[in-house]
Amino acid sequence: MSTVLILADFSGDHATKTTAELATAAARIGSVSAVVLAPAGKGAALAATVNQGPISNVIVIESNDFASHGVAAVADALAGVVKDKSPAALLIASHAFGKEVAARVAVLTESGIITDAVDVAADATATQLVFGGSTTVHSQVSQGTPIITVRPNSIDADVSAASPAIENATAAISDIAKKATIASSQPPVKGGRPELTEANIVVSGGRGTDGNFSAVEAFADLLGAAVGASRAATDAGWYPHSHQVGQTGKTVSPQLYVACGISGAIQHRAGMQTSKTIVVVNKDPEAPLFDIADFGVIGDLFNVLPQATAAVAAKKG
Amino acid sequence: MKIAVCVKQVPDSWAEKKMVGGVLDRENVDAVLNDLDEYAVEEALRIAEAHGGNEEGGPHTVTVISMGPERATEAVRKALSMGANGAILVSDAALAGSDALATSAVLAKVISDGGYDIVICGTESTDARMSVVPAMLSARLGWAQLTFASKVVVDPAGKVSITRVTEAGVDEISAAFPVVVSVVEKINEPRYPSFKGIMAAKKKTIEQKDLAAVGVAAQSAWSQVKDATPRPPREAGLKVNDEGSGGEALATFLAEKKLI
Ligand SMILES: Cc1cc2nc3c(=O)[nH]c(=O)nc-3n(C[C@H](O)[C@H](O)[C@H](O)COP(=O)(O)OP(=O)(O)OC[C@H]3O[C@@H](n4cnc5c(N)ncnc54)[C@H](O)[C@@H]3O)c2cc1C
Ligand SMILES: Nc1ncnc2c1ncn2[C@@H]1O[C@H](COP(=O)(O)O)[C@@H](O)[C@H]1O
Repeated sequence: MSTVLILADFSGDHATKTTAELATAAARIGSVSAVVLAPAGKGAALAATVNQGPISNVIVIESNDFASHGVAAVADALAGVVKDKSPAALLIASHAFGKEVAARVAVLTESGIITDAVDVAADATATQLVFGGSTTVHSQVSQGTPIITVRPNSIDADVSAASPAIENATAAISDIAKKATIASSQPPVKGGRPELTEANIVVSGGRGTDGNFSAVEAFADLLGAAVGASRAATDAGWYPHSHQVGQTGKTVSPQLYVACGISGAIQHRAGMQTSKTIVVVNKDPEAPLFDIADFGVIGDLFNVLPQATAAVAAKKG
Repeated sequence: MKIAVCVKQVPDSWAEKKMVGGVLDRENVDAVLNDLDEYAVEEALRIAEAHGGNEEGGPHTVTVISMGPERATEAVRKALSMGANGAILVSDAALAGSDALATSAVLAKVISDGGYDIVICGTESTDARMSVVPAMLSARLGWAQLTFASKVVVDPAGKVSITRVTEAGVDEISAAFPVVVSVVEKINEPRYPSFKGIMAAKKKTIEQKDLAAVGVAAQSAWSQVKDATPRPPREAGLKVNDEGSGGEALATFLAEKKLI
C-alpha cells in the first residue's frame, strides 16, 4: 500500500484534532505517516501526543532551525521527506502557516498544490467550496506529489487510539531557508475555550457589543463554544485579532455559528458562510447577515442573549 | 532602494462569480485592484517616503509588477496613481488559466531581472484566496520570506524587520536584502489617489511584456478542476422579532435542531 504523508499539526506541546482529521482523510489514499518536526530533544514527547487516528507511523525530525527560521526551514525538511518517501499525497492543515509550508514544498518538489480542501477522496481528488461557498469544485493534482491543504473541522475525524511506530530522520536545511531569523515568538493567548477553527459551535460578537463581550462569552461558555469577533470588534481592541473571523481572519465552518451585533459585510461572510447552521441576533432587520441565517432574532443582543442563555440552561437541566 | 509591489487584478468582491470550463470567468465581471494589494502599495510608498522619497530623481523607486490580461492595466494604473513610479505588466494568451505555481514562476523571473531589494505582496488575492504566491516567490528567488507582516521596519543599509501575525502567534523576524514581504490589512490605511496622482499616473509607463519578452516558457497548471457545480444559495430561514421572548425562541430553535 502506498504511503501518504501528513504534517502533524500542533498547538503548544500537543497534536491537535486537526492532525486526526488529516490522518482520516489521508487513510483513504494509503498508509499514513505523520511527520513531526520538533525542537532538539522534544521529538519523542511531541510524537507521543500523535496518538489518535489511523496513523501507521510517525517520522520525527529534530532541529532548532524550525523555531529559528520558521516556514522555510519546515518546508525544507518536509520536502526532504517527500523526496525520500515519494508519497501518494501530502496533506497539511489549511491555516496561514500550513499553506505557506505547502507553497514552498510545491516549489521544491515540483508538485501541484490545492488549498482549502474540505474533503479528500481515495484518488486524492480534493473538494473545495469556492466563491464564498457558492460553488463546489473537485480538483486533482496532475504533476508531482499532490499537496493538499485541508481546512480544520471539515472532516469527521477518526479519533480511535493509535500507537504508531516511531522513525527518526534528519533533515538538510538549506542556507536559503536560514536567511530569515525569528528573534522572538509569542504563542497566541489561550483562554479555557476551544480553538476557533476546531470548535463545533462559534459565538461571535461585532460592533453591536459596543465592547462588552460578557453576554457573548456567557452564551458561548454554556454551549462549550469558541468566541469569534468581527473586524470592527478586533480593530477597536475589544477582542484579540486572533479571534477575528473573516477574509483576513480565520475561516470557520462549525455546526453552529451565532453572530451577535454583526452586520454581515462580505469580508466577514467569507470566513463563516459555510457553517452548517447560522443564527443571527441583530437589532437592525435589514442587516445583510439575516439573508443567510437559518434563524434570526431581530432584537437587542443584551436582551436576547441572556434570555437565550437562561433558556438553554433550563433545557439542559 | 528598489522596491517592487506585486498586484493582481481581481473580480469585484461583490460580483457574482462563475466557472467556465474549469476556470473563473473573468470576462464578464467588473475587475478591480485586489484590495489587499493596496496595503502593499501603501507600505512600499511609506518605506520609500520614510527614507527620502520616490519622487523623480529621489533615492528610491517603487515599481508595480502584475501578471494578468491586458485590461489589468486599469488596476495597475490605480497603483500608479497612488504614487508608484512605473509598472511592468505581463500579459500573454498562454497565461490564461495559470495556477499559483505558474504565476509565481513568471513573477519571480521579472523580479530577479529587475534587481530589487524588497518585493511586497498582499497576503491574499480575493479571488484565488490561496495566500501562497509570496512564499512561492521567496522559494523560487531564494530570498528571505518575511510574510504576514503587521509592521515593517526597513534599514536602508540593507535589513528588514517585521512583526508576523498569524493564528500561530506573533513573531519578530528579520533578514538582509533582498526580501519578499507580504502585508496584512492591519498594517496601514491605503491612501486615496489624489487628482494630481491620477493625472500623473496617465503619463507613467506601463511596460507590457509577453512571455517571450520575460524569457520564461508557459507552464501549464499543475492541478486541474474536474467539475464545478453551483450550490443552492443559502435561503434565509425563520426571522422573529424580539418582543420579549426572542431569546427563548432562539433556545427552542437550537433544541429542535438538536444543537444543544
Ligand atoms: C481588506 C478588508 C479586509 C477585511 N477583513 C475582515 C474580516 O476578516 N472579518 C471581518 O469581520 N471584517 C473584515 N473587514 C471589515 C468588514 O468590511 C466590516 O467592516 C466588518 O465586518 C463590520 O463589523 P461589524 O459587523 O461588527 O460592524 P458593523 O458593520 O458596524 O455592524 C454592527 C451591527 O451590530 C448591530 N447592532 C448594534 N447594536 C446592537 C445591539 N445592541 N444588539 C444587536 N445588534 C446590534 C447593528 O445593527 C449592525 O448591524 C475587512 C475589510 C476590508 C476592507
Ligand atoms: N497575477 C498576479 N500578479 C501579481 N501579483 C500577484 C498575482 N497573483 C498573486 N499575486 C500577489 O500574491 C499575493 C497573494 O496571492 P494568492 O497567493 O493568489 O492569494 C497577492 O496579494 C499579490 O500581491
